[in-house]
Amino acid sequence: MIAIFRRDMTILRAESAGTAGGWDAGTVDDRALLLELYRQMLSIRRVEEAAAKAYAQGKIGGFLHLGIGQEAVCVGAIAALKPEDYVVATYREHGHYMAKGGTAKGVLAELYGKSTGCSKGMGGSMHLFDAAHNFLGGYGIVGGHVPLAAGVAFASKYRGRKDVTLCFFGDGSVPQGAFHEGISLAGLWKLPVVFICENNQYSMGTPLYRTLAVPDVTERASGYAVARDRLDREAGSDVLEVRRRIGAAVERARETQQPTLVEVITYRFRGHSMSDPGNYRTKDEIEEWKQRDPVTVAREKLKTSFQVSEDEIVSLEAHVKAEVKEAVEFAEKSPVADGKAMWDWIYADKNTDPRRF
Amino acid sequence: MARLSYREALNQAMAEEMSRDENVFLMGEEVGHYQGAYKVSQGLLQKFGERRVIDTPIAETGFAGVGIGAAMVGLRPIVEFMTWNFSLVAIDQIINNAAKIRFMSGGQFKVPIVFRGPGGAAHQLGAQHSQALESMYANCPGLKVVMPSTPADAKGLLKTAIRDDDPVVFIEGELLYSVQGEVPDGEHVIPLGKGDVKREGSDCTLVTWGRMLYVALEAAEALAKEGVSVEIIDPRTIRPLDTELIVRSVKKTNRAVVLEEGNAFASVGAEVVSRIHQHCFDDLDAPVERVTRDEIPMPYALELEDQVVPTVQKVVAAVKRASYLA
Repeated sequence: MIAIFRRDMTILRAESAGTAGGWDAGTVDDRALLLELYRQMLSIRRVEEAAAKAYAQGKIGGFLHLGIGQEAVCVGAIAALKPEDYVVATYREHGHYMAKGGTAKGVLAELYGKSTGCSKGMGGSMHLFDAAHNFLGGYGIVGGHVPLAAGVAFASKYRGRKDVTLCFFGDGSVPQGAFHEGISLAGLWKLPVVFICENNQYSMGTPLYRTLAVPDVTERASGYAVARDRLDREAGSDVLEVRRRIGAAVERARETQQPTLVEVITYRFRGHSMSDPGNYRTKDEIEEWKQRDPVTVAREKLKTSFQVSEDEIVSLEAHVKAEVKEAVEFAEKSPVADGKAMWDWIYADKNTDPRRF
Repeated sequence: MARLSYREALNQAMAEEMSRDENVFLMGEEVGHYQGAYKVSQGLLQKFGERRVIDTPIAETGFAGVGIGAAMVGLRPIVEFMTWNFSLVAIDQIINNAAKIRFMSGGQFKVPIVFRGPGGAAHQLGAQHSQALESMYANCPGLKVVMPSTPADAKGLLKTAIRDDDPVVFIEGELLYSVQGEVPDGEHVIPLGKGDVKREGSDCTLVTWGRMLYVALEAAEALAKEGVSVEIIDPRTIRPLDTELIVRSVKKTNRAVVLEEGNAFASVGAEVVSRIHQHCFDDLDAPVERVTRDEIPMPYALELEDQVVPTVQKVVAAVKRASYLA
């Protein structure tokens, strides 16, 4: 659910699951905006913590890639969009799905492999989809979705529409061929897309200095006539700053069809996936990064810059906690994915099992 | 009805569908200003303009992916590969994205896209430019695979493929572009999954598709002179496969040969044989025979290429083996 809160924490405007489009941040002041973005980040954080717990309990399986620590990037960037804009993301996309209008129930039920999941239990953690909110999926092949995002933007331009597409990927995508071909075509054809590199500095367990000869990812933009912007760790952990900077790129894409490559320095506090103990990083490094936890940064800013009281924040946090708790119960109680219906989603035609005729 | 080349039939199908639906566009290397590497898109740029006939750089992963993304939000791209050999650098886009997005999203998104271009061996193009790749794509649920053999089928199947709501791998015959045939004017659509009896016969069923149809027809002609009546079944669509038509024919002739241009191992032909055994075991009077290319990359030398590919002589011999005449 997307909600915008009043100062007394009652809900000013809310859109529940299934309704079209997210919300328009342009109509609210910075205080209300930051409150909402804090709520989104916290909600994503709590959902992923709940997912980690369920994983440890053996209630969910497969690969589970958590974005804990990186929330300011997806939440800030997507807050710069209009509801009709598009998002294409990676396999670390729980936050992107939720920020684009998805629900805690939708993602958790999907992780549990339930028919009520946002991909009806067919996708799992890496393949969240939400057509109602133009969330075009999580993709599991590193960099393979970058050309898709260019294609979505191509369609907007082809139809003469002013929609913008955001494409998220990690620093691990940058050496991949598909990344270069996608950006190359976007630059060549002037497609309204913003490529956002969530640089968490590790391709799984390999640090950036061992994967990229030129560590500044945005250097690639100049080869493809794509605009560029680079957010350092300070900016990358400040959700309002992420929104402001990505917002400039979004407007450029919308008004001039000029694509931009934005790199945001960030950090994941957990391993690459649940099976990764993260031995390639020191405890000190992780602790040092936790000093710039985007959720904490937003919380502090709410109090210091916008005079939001501790009580208000605690009330919001309780609301989020209850919502996630309810979503976990929903996921646990939902029916398992439908083994009959899945045969209807391979092709437009039904019953296409080739072993039958 | 007009007499058209296979190339002209494909061109007509695209032109008609682009006129019919604004969402259809053509994208690929040399499709526009160059008028098509094999001239299949000749005149389309002049007719529809640069917005809808789009020359791409040599970046198959990039433009295949662009097509898929555009299809997800409602366009109907035709993506031309200059040859299917070059699709291999885009195979991740086709198999991991196009084929699976409908499924992974629980039916929320569809990918109505046609990937088309020539496949199979021509003459002396060497190992990397002579592949018949239908078995690779047919192995993947979520894709439809179409291989027209005649100009009429080419037009009717391409029009259907463009209107289809699923990703279609449409493999043309590199050596078929100049083949002439009668092609119905205007609205001529052939449903995917419906095969065709290309020659009626009573003694042995010969299943084949794409360019191999012409090898089969010649072999059948030669065998007729020896008193062997061959029935040629062209499934036209590899996936979904018209198993019913094949089975009906084999139940009539009690003998079968499967002819394909590609390699034998784990192939479409192997699947056809499997289905024949599954459904016609008690009807068969002899083991099902197969003719394929030899299990070797394509050699360059002309004499060796002739040795490696399926030939009329090899097909005649296989039919005779299946008929206990050898």
